[in-house]
Amino acid sequence: MTSPMADLLSILPQQLVFGLALGTVYGLIALGYTMVYGVLLMINFAHGEVFMIGAYIGWAVLAFLLNHAVGGLHPIWVLPVLLLPAMVICGVLGMTIERFAYRPLYLRGGSRLAPLISAFGASIFLQNAVMLTQGARMKVYMTNTLFPRTWRFDIFGVNVSVLLLVMIAVSMSLTWGLILLVQKTTLGRSIRAVSEDREMASVMGVSVGQVVGLTFFLGSALGGAAGVLVGLYYTQIDFVMGYSAGLKAFTAAVLGGIGNIKGAMVGGLLLGIIESVAVTFINPAFKDVVAFAVLILVLMFRPEGIFGETLSDRKKV
Amino acid sequence: MPDTIREALRRNWYWFLLAGGLIAPLLAPNDYVIGVLARICLYSMLALGLNIVVGFAGLLDIGYVAFFGIGSYVYAFLASPHFGLHLPFVPVMVIVTLSAAIAGILIGAPTLRLHGDYLAIVTLGFGEITYLCLVNLDRPINITGGPSGLIRIDPPQFFGHVVDSNIEYYYMFLLTLGCMLFASIRLRDSRIGWAWRAIREDELAAASMGVNTTVSKLQAFALGATFAGFAGGLLASWQKSVFPDNFLFQESINVLAMVILGGMGSVLGVILGATIIVALPEVFRDLSVYRLLAFGALMMVVMIVRPQGLLPEGFATPRKKAEEQPPAPATASAAKGASKP
Amino acid sequence: MPEPSMLKLSDLVTYYGQMMALKGVSLEVRQGEIVCLLGGNASGKSTTMKTILGLVRPREGSVEFEGNRIDRLATGEIVKRGISLVPEGRRIFGRMTVWENLAMGSYVRRADPKADIDHDMERVYSLFPRLKERLGQFAGTMSGGEQQMLAIGRALMARPRLLLMDEPSMGLSPVFVDQVFDIIKEINKQGTTILVVEQNAAVALSIANRGYVLQNGRIAAADTAAALLQADDVRRAYLGEE
Repeated sequence: MTSPMADLLSILPQQLVFGLALGTVYGLIALGYTMVYGVLLMINFAHGEVFMIGAYIGWAVLAFLLNHAVGGLHPIWVLPVLLLPAMVICGVLGMTIERFAYRPLYLRGGSRLAPLISAFGASIFLQNAVMLTQGARMKVYMTNTLFPRTWRFDIFGVNVSVLLLVMIAVSMSLTWGLILLVQKTTLGRSIRAVSEDREMASVMGVSVGQVVGLTFFLGSALGGAAGVLVGLYYTQIDFVMGYSAGLKAFTAAVLGGIGNIKGAMVGGLLLGIIESVAVTFINPAFKDVVAFAVLILVLMFRPEGIFGETLSDRKKV
Repeated sequence: MPDTIREALRRNWYWFLLAGGLIAPLLAPNDYVIGVLARICLYSMLALGLNIVVGFAGLLDIGYVAFFGIGSYVYAFLASPHFGLHLPFVPVMVIVTLSAAIAGILIGAPTLRLHGDYLAIVTLGFGEITYLCLVNLDRPINITGGPSGLIRIDPPQFFGHVVDSNIEYYYMFLLTLGCMLFASIRLRDSRIGWAWRAIREDELAAASMGVNTTVSKLQAFALGATFAGFAGGLLASWQKSVFPDNFLFQESINVLAMVILGGMGSVLGVILGATIIVALPEVFRDLSVYRLLAFGALMMVVMIVRPQGLLPEGFATPRKKAEEQPPAPATASAAKGASKP
Repeated sequence: MPEPSMLKLSDLVTYYGQMMALKGVSLEVRQGEIVCLLGGNASGKSTTMKTILGLVRPREGSVEFEGNRIDRLATGEIVKRGISLVPEGRRIFGRMTVWENLAMGSYVRRADPKADIDHDMERVYSLFPRLKERLGQFAGTMSGGEQQMLAIGRALMARPRLLLMDEPSMGLSPVFVDQVFDIIKEINKQGTTILVVEQNAAVALSIANRGYVLQNGRIAAADTAAALLQADDVRRAYLGEE
């Protein structure tokens, strides 16, 4: 007779793999939070909703393709076709939110509460806009037409679906792409300059407004991609998914060190694993509380996160 | 001429409001409207409470509904068949108030070192946890009654008379609101109120002027929680039932919208905000599905266009009072370092 | 024959919050010169620099650069026209490497097809050999003096015609101060006009052609450097002599 603990431990490797995959997605969304915090020192509350909208866009494109496809749908070309519109539209959406809901406020200076409240308002607005236009019931991704459920195999005793591997691969590639962009290109340097010292960046000739807009575009595009991936994997999407995913991704960003891009991915992976492991041992209804507990612990004992600098190190311009 | 009338209004608005509140139900066409008026009073209490936290002290608490829920459920625990306790109204409300205050301190304590953004997220989390607890703590032991809540709560009894009509509840709520209003104003103009204002503007500067930011923030949380808890108890006694879905995240949004619309920090303003936000859906019944959408848009628009809200702070402050000096600082070091307002 | 005027401030009135920081400042910098702006704390020196660069807007008065008014332009525009700043306190990008800081310096010229960034880098290395040794080092980990060199090098990468320097001697050891000012002289010889704001009047006047003294937001004295070095009140106030 096996003990319940042994049962739980036996599924641990499986959970770890899930956690890893989930973690890469958290990381992808977390990048949006961390980049915006880097340049504006504010939390973009609406980012979770952008992720959710990405999921809906992917769903719409997939549904369209399924209705109109003549030949077979192979993931090789369908996946990019799902990702691209979601990324572009979400990127533009993010830029628009910044331009109209945040920029007038942070330029004005003064109360730190105002951009926060506006961000919160934007989040509520987007969530309800989607609910009203798309309905309150969830939508389903017909993923098995692209990735049949049988398309899986065993690695080291863990049963892994191809979709899971694809999810990890896409997330990591996008993250890596962003890291390369930020580290190696002139644009990336200008983003880092604005993050570090906005005034001096403008003295170097950087157009701060443009850079901030672009930062929002990149972060939001990644969030949109994450939405598509989550939709494909979990198949069920609804208008509240952005809320909890957003909270968790934010936790991941804080865990890794808010403002630090490497930190976002590492934080995401860690949180994914922590959450998956914890859920095997506690009541799944309290799953979201795990992330929140991590957040509280980090904020109380090491608010700068794993890679972060303490808040006092940053020049608040 | 209009100037002196305005002045008269400003100085005595408290009495005007009271008078208006007293005769309102007499003008109401039916009992349903009286019920709406009662709800306006209840939500005004919540708005006043949140106004202390957000408006006076500048702490963005977006999980405020937690205290409302805690107050309601504690009342239900103490005055219903659920645990078999049927304590009289006054002791119950005292315990409700204390519980809420303790909850305020417990929830506020971890947030003390956090800046605005983080504070908001953490309070959001606590609000969610509270809701989850209310829904799920009915197994293995039934504490909260789960998703179906608790029913058959005792109504208030005073000297043998059971309160049972909307109009009676209304006057009860009005009385409470009046006290809370009075308390808010006194708090605002007190030493604590000035400490809160200093923290709201610039916490670092406040600390260096001798303000004990830890104590002040905890006071803000505790007092704000108390208002909400008390209102929660009243809700339980009125509805005679409590359900977790009374305390969804949406309610936090509602109350925050009231405070923002009315004017953060403005005591009269938030009451106006509460009135509008409770009354409007009654008028625009069919559009109720757009309510949250409108709130989201409202928050963005108000922040951009008129961040001080409809009735900004200081609107209802008579001229003379506005020129008064702050009360003497509590410590000698503060006296040395305090700058003129 | 006087050289053409490169920078001209006319009756500048600038507010810093509610306080009037500049109360009608007029000064001129001609091409090829080194001009120094002297003054103590809170005299308005940094505000003057910020006004020139468009980081603060003047309430009244005008700023002209090479004959064109620039006081209503965005900072990016002003910088593009050929003015660079070595700010007070260095303010290099600590989380970037030395090389990346220099690259940021040339940001304003990134669209110019004729720009020869490598050539400019070489020029900076020749002035500051130490920077070449530390290209991969994070700027935040360097000493104050090295950061100052980096700040100057970074400003030079934009190939400015006018270089503004805000208190370059601050926080540096006397040996370093001499080094830095020698380099400033060299940069000027290579063709860059310089306006340097300084509290250390002695060393500033030792390399400058002309100087202005700023006191409480007003120009209290304006003369050649030699004359200022002789002037009694200047000597007393800024050179510590009786």
